[in-house]
Amino acid sequence: MKSFKVLGSGCKNCVTTAKLIEEKAAALGVVVDIEKVTDMATILGYGVMSTPGVVLDGTVVHAGGIPKTEKIESWLRS
Amino acid sequence: MFEIFTRLADWTIADLLTLEPGTKLADAVHFFVEDTTKIFFLLVIVVFVMGLFRTMLSPEKVRGYIEGTSRGIGYVLAVILGAVTPFCSCSSVPLFIGFLEGGIPVGVTMAFLITSPLVNEVAVVILGSIMGWKMTTVYVVTGMSVGILGGILIDRLHMERWVEDYVWKIRMGTIAQSEVDGSMAGRIRYAWGEVKDIVGRIWLYIIIGVGIGSALHGYVPQELFAQYASADNPFAVPVAVLMGLPLYSNATGIIPVAEALIAKGVPIGTVIAFMMSVVGISPPEFIMLRKVLKPQMLIFFGVFLTISFMVVGYLLNVIFA
Repeated sequence: MKSFKVLGSGCKNCVTTAKLIEEKAAALGVVVDIEKVTDMATILGYGVMSTPGVVLDGTVVHAGGIPKTEKIESWLRS
Repeated sequence: MFEIFTRLADWTIADLLTLEPGTKLADAVHFFVEDTTKIFFLLVIVVFVMGLFRTMLSPEKVRGYIEGTSRGIGYVLAVILGAVTPFCSCSSVPLFIGFLEGGIPVGVTMAFLITSPLVNEVAVVILGSIMGWKMTTVYVVTGMSVGILGGILIDRLHMERWVEDYVWKIRMGTIAQSEVDGSMAGRIRYAWGEVKDIVGRIWLYIIIGVGIGSALHGYVPQELFAQYASADNPFAVPVAVLMGLPLYSNATGIIPVAEALIAKGVPIGTVIAFMMSVVGISPPEFIMLRKVLKPQMLIFFGVFLTISFMVVGYLLNVIFA
């Protein structure tokens, strides 16, 4: 199982990002665990200043905006 | 160049709605049509063009530019970058923490946060095309000066003690750079996304602003302003600033209101003080900043801005009398 963290203050883009990952995972049949992190100290602790950011299994893989679909797919397939 | 919008407004009144020219309603509708079309047109163009270059101005990059500069240069650089960096109040907290963590002084960081809502490239272009370059230059210079002065005061008074303690404990490690697609197609996609995002966020402010401007323009008699808001009335500036405090609009939305006020003969200083009070102090930003600033600092921040806007008002009224 892949564990995702979506970093963001709860803005619209963050919600969209979490939803996109969820949908793609369902489409590809990958089991994922998605957690939304809204605590600023934690978000900044990952070195992310522009939200939304995405953390995959403990590593930051994306920051600043909604990730592209191809990118989400590559995370799910990796 | 912008005549087309005036013509469009003429046509709307004469041919589309067949209103009697010169009536109050016709004046108000003319103002509304001309300003709405012109502002949205300029907004889309400026946001799109800036969007193409936007990748140079991510918060991470801005932090990198300011980091390690001397204080004096830091303030100036912070207000200039604050003016050209678009950011919504929702990102002020990560930005604040990120700057401090990079060793940028609190005052320099606050200078950035003060200037960012006050001055931005979209507002500058629209202000210039509607009110002329003199008014625009005055607005930009005073906005930046207030930012620099606020930053210097905050550092001189050692207000870093009023930053919430947890902020100092955050260690960021490697900064994750935002996603950049440097190809032309990627830039265009990004810029278009910015247009949708920004227009979606501020269109209502613009419509309300133009609506208020039209109503003032068409229906409020000039004598009323001459009586209460002229430079002879010493209370006009503070009242304008205090009225603006609870109101909140984007810098672009307030321009049509300012346009109508200037046309009614309200002095330039009073109008600029009112504009700054509406856009520079916003309840949503204060609520966000409370997460990183202790109440003492927020009170200082609010009081400082209120007083500076009043000083700006009086000063400009004297200079341009």
